[in-house]
Amino acid sequence: MSLQDLQNIPYGKKILELKNISLAFGGVKALTDVSFEVNKGEVFAIIGPNGAGKSSMLNVINGFYKPTSGLINFAGTDRKGMEPEFAAKSGIARTFQNIALFKGMSTLDNLMTGRLLKQKQNFLMQALYFGPAGKEEEIHREKVERVIDFLDLQSIRRTPVGSLPYGLQKRVELGRALAMEPEILLLDEPMAGMNVEEKQDMSRFVLTVNNEFKTTIVLIEHDMGVVMDISDRIVVLDYGKKIGSGFPQEIRNNKAVIDAYLGVSDD
Amino acid sequence: MIYKETGQYKSSYKSDHAIFPLIQDKVLFSTLMLIAFLVVPFFINSYWEKAILVPFLIFSLAAIGLNILTGYCGQVSLGTGGFMAVGAFSTYKIMTSFPDLNIMIIVLISGVITAAVGIVFGLPSLRIKGFYLAVATLAAQFFLVWLFNKVPWFYNYSATGQITVSERLMFGIPVTGATAPPYATYLFCLVLVVLLGFAAKNMIRSKIGRSWMAIRDMDIAAEIIGVPPLKTKLSAFAVSSFFIGVSGALYFAIFLGAIEVTESFDIMTMSFPVLFMIIIGGLGSMLGSFLGAGFIVTLPIGLKFIMVDLIGLSAVTAKHFEISIWGLLMIVFLIVEPHGLARLWSITKEKLRRWPFPY
Ligand SMILES: Nc1ncnc2c1ncn2[C@@H]1O[C@H](COP(=O)(O)OP(=O)(O)OP(=O)(O)O)[C@@H](O)[C@H]1O
Ligand SMILES: [Mg+2]
Repeated sequence: MSLQDLQNIPYGKKILELKNISLAFGGVKALTDVSFEVNKGEVFAIIGPNGAGKSSMLNVINGFYKPTSGLINFAGTDRKGMEPEFAAKSGIARTFQNIALFKGMSTLDNLMTGRLLKQKQNFLMQALYFGPAGKEEEIHREKVERVIDFLDLQSIRRTPVGSLPYGLQKRVELGRALAMEPEILLLDEPMAGMNVEEKQDMSRFVLTVNNEFKTTIVLIEHDMGVVMDISDRIVVLDYGKKIGSGFPQEIRNNKAVIDAYLGVSDD
Repeated sequence: MIYKETGQYKSSYKSDHAIFPLIQDKVLFSTLMLIAFLVVPFFINSYWEKAILVPFLIFSLAAIGLNILTGYCGQVSLGTGGFMAVGAFSTYKIMTSFPDLNIMIIVLISGVITAAVGIVFGLPSLRIKGFYLAVATLAAQFFLVWLFNKVPWFYNYSATGQITVSERLMFGIPVTGATAPPYATYLFCLVLVVLLGFAAKNMIRSKIGRSWMAIRDMDIAAEIIGVPPLKTKLSAFAVSSFFIGVSGALYFAIFLGAIEVTESFDIMTMSFPVLFMIIIGGLGSMLGSFLGAGFIVTLPIGLKFIMVDLIGLSAVTAKHFEISIWGLLMIVFLIVEPHGLARLWSITKEKLRRWPFPY
């Protein structure tokens, strides 16, 4: 499988399928027999109460956890699990629930790390820094500057990210993932802890990425308003089990989901 | 407003990413280089050579090496002395086995050998971190010193266990041995420091440097963007050890001429002082490596001058004071300014930028 295969899949067709995924940590069953598919080019949301196994699911998808059982069908090939490096190379990028930026590095350098896999010069050329090595740096800098413009990060280009406010850090983390030019973007609660305005900005960024670059997006989010607005399809987890899936409208009316999660049906 | 960047617009990413993006820094650096290459060689005497300049240059290389590993890649090491010994003994063995080989090449090969040894001792870093890694590198330190002491092959079976340098020429002028003139040893070290310093800076501002820093700041996230942890850590051990190895080679061949391993490359005489250099100079800063090396090399001279020549203390008492002052400085820097002298410099620059306005 290569990035090429992934790019060749037509939009709207299956790009990723989770088949009967179970994941246990000792006695704790984080996921039990969960299956769903993600189509190319859609915004796919995973929702569920705290501890439902949503983050674990993203970790399975990008190879950070290996499922105890089940298969991952990625671009047409069944796999027992992914490897983080393989996932990154195959065009899967992600952000974390608890921001995982490189705190001592500037915004620019953090975004540049998103280009590491695409930089091919060996370390001797980098040490000499002439000809192809310098040229390569410039090419990737240009790509990163586009992300900086897109996310409005110009003014904090040189700021160490550790000193940025929370909302901006979330944005920089999205920037680092975007700098990878991913085919599939996994977002773990990108709007958690944000105020309404920041949430609007973030939703706009996510939708623009989806529309303009046709990036497939798998998103975990607790804010139901946002989820219903921006997702094409939704899967609902509860205690590690899938309790519902479908279009936003279906989820809104799904009895089991309402009981378990939305908590609005008290009757 | 001596340091102002207003009016200095960068029209390309290349100029923005230059080593010295500000014209003031460029001028300052060029002036320093001119003085170092064109003025100092004419005035240097053996006191300046042996007491200040050559040790400063050699320790700068060691500090850059350790800073790459510890400051940039976050892997603590107490094995600096051991790795310098590898560089020194490699130089000795190559020198005695190939009498016709150019000394510059010998020194660089010694660096490569040390890099290989560094990779081997870097292997545990995949499994262990922080304090435990420091202990593992300490083991490397003791093992290497023990090895060079115990296996006579390394010192060509000499009765004393010492290794001694023989005379080597560059462009017909001796750079090693007793007859080497001060300007020759100084220029030999200076050329290496400038070339390798630029190489280090280039790596740091390229892909490999960002991979190191990514591992330092959060190895889990690094892995997820496709930075292979083991390969990256080992590359830091390799590059770092190369610098430290070259520095050890120079320390033996150019600076001391004759060494005994336990004395010269001990943890107390070598590993700790180099660690102090990067802490006081600034972790993760190229400038800091130089400032730290300069500080630690000149501190004893300054203290001796003040305490013995001005106050009239005995040399032994002064030495005791010196050790306490070291400890005190370490604590002060770790608590008050963990980014070291390099940070103080950038604060000063910031002030100069605003001068004469207070804000
Ligand atoms: N590395 C781990 N070791 C042990 N247990 C884990 C680990 N990761 C997750 N779990 C457990 O798996 C379950 C699911 O956790 P997960 O983080 O996937 O939930 P979540 O749906 O993302 O919750 P939240 O909304 O709070 O983020 C929890 O019970 C959690 O304690
Ligand atoms: Mg979670």
